[in-house]
Amino acid sequence: MKIHRINALVIRHLYLFKRSLPRLLDILFWPVVTLLTWGFLTVYLQGISFNNVNIVSVLLGAIILWELLQRMQGAVAITFLEDVWERNFLNLFVTPLTIAEFLASTVILGIIRLAGVLLVVSVLSILLYHYSIFSLGFYFLPFLAVLMMFGFAMGLFNMAIILRFGTSAQILAFGLIFLVQPFSAVFYPVSALPESLQFIAYILPSTYVFEGMREVINTGTLPLVLLTKGLILGFLYMTAMIFFFYKMFAYVKREGRLLKLD
Amino acid sequence: MKYVIETKNLVKDFGTFRAVDNLSLSIEEGKITALLGPNGAGKTTTIQMLLDLITPTSGDVVIFGKHMATDREAILSKVNFSSPYVSLPMGLTVIENLRTFARLYGVPNPDQKIKELGKYFEIEHLLTKKTPSLSTGQLTRVNLTKAFLNDPALLLLDEATASLDPDIADKTRKILKKIQKERGVSIVYTSHNMAEIEEICDSVIFINKGKIKEIGTPKELVEKFGRSDLNEVFLEIAREDE
Repeated sequence: MKIHRINALVIRHLYLFKRSLPRLLDILFWPVVTLLTWGFLTVYLQGISFNNVNIVSVLLGAIILWELLQRMQGAVAITFLEDVWERNFLNLFVTPLTIAEFLASTVILGIIRLAGVLLVVSVLSILLYHYSIFSLGFYFLPFLAVLMMFGFAMGLFNMAIILRFGTSAQILAFGLIFLVQPFSAVFYPVSALPESLQFIAYILPSTYVFEGMREVINTGTLPLVLLTKGLILGFLYMTAMIFFFYKMFAYVKREGRLLKLD
Repeated sequence: MKYVIETKNLVKDFGTFRAVDNLSLSIEEGKITALLGPNGAGKTTTIQMLLDLITPTSGDVVIFGKHMATDREAILSKVNFSSPYVSLPMGLTVIENLRTFARLYGVPNPDQKIKELGKYFEIEHLLTKKTPSLSTGQLTRVNLTKAFLNDPALLLLDEATASLDPDIADKTRKILKKIQKERGVSIVYTSHNMAEIEEICDSVIFINKGKIKEIGTPKELVEKFGRSDLNEVFLEIAREDE
């Protein structure tokens, strides 16, 4: 793996952000809108008794962590789609660029976008709701790691599906994350799900993040078992999706479709 | 005789359709070789296999004596490609695009290299312009600049002068001929303009239905077929299987 090639792709995308206001807004618009809508609902709910549950921390924490997962997935997929829309794959893959380097650049760009989202939503939530996601302390970092791995895995799945079926599949690919949301126990515990559906929640790494976050808020201790399960599952999903992406890439090369993605 | 490209029994099937049929070709180093054939002859598929954009069904691609299947990175770091049908990313300026590709090839001093090539291809005044604002002729020269960023030992040019007016096309051919002589680059050239092929190519490989039909210098082929020019030779070869 050559750093200069990863660097080339990262800088190529940063060039686009430098002069494109819509691209910048795309990163920040939805997280801010979500935070505003749910944040004010949370403020309203704060006035209602919830048996000593810290409703502000639970809901705003969940909103911010969910946004981070969704943005990571979106950032990875959008980075890939920029090259599909620009029909840039031929230019890229006639160079010595490898798939691993291409994927590494999408991860770095995902992290850069995520840092931007995190900065804006955390500052906004402090200013508007006096809530800081960093009140989770160092526990926030392993949770973030799980969400980044899972978000990257979901983004890779989107990329692989678009490679295989073309851009007509992008709506389906992007919609998948919303299918994951109800089973990830974002705003309610897994026990709120019907028993027959709880097994789905337990095979998603995101579930352990949101369950873990609530435990940190309620007890102030790090739920090591939940965190370990989340990290292992996140790693497994990521590895499986990297393998799947390589398989799909080999497939489109065999079928001569790499340059016909539209 | 040293060969820069050798394919051995190259086959590409798309379902039941055989696009490239047991193609074994050898392309000489330091020459401009034309790869000709009618639409659907298998030229594009062959070139894409030479660039590892399509995986062959069977057979082997050997470039610089190395196998594409095992030495892709080493091979592609010394190869480049240009086609007017492949646009550079439109959201970037010319210099941003060129810097990106220079970095991808690990060019030691990208701006110096771009400046040097920019002078050669007369695009210095275009460097800060946005890519979509360029004319077809300007884009072709920018594409060619991109193609020489890594000092390629092998260059694949797909219809390099298509969509250019006769004046710009002539200038482009002259630049190519000059740079090829100065740097000893091996060039594989595809075009449907037979006069252009006669003007700049040292040898010609005709393919049709995925198979080699004829090989020779433009002059040899014209003489062999008893025709007045390469265009007539092209028509005869393209129509012989009809």
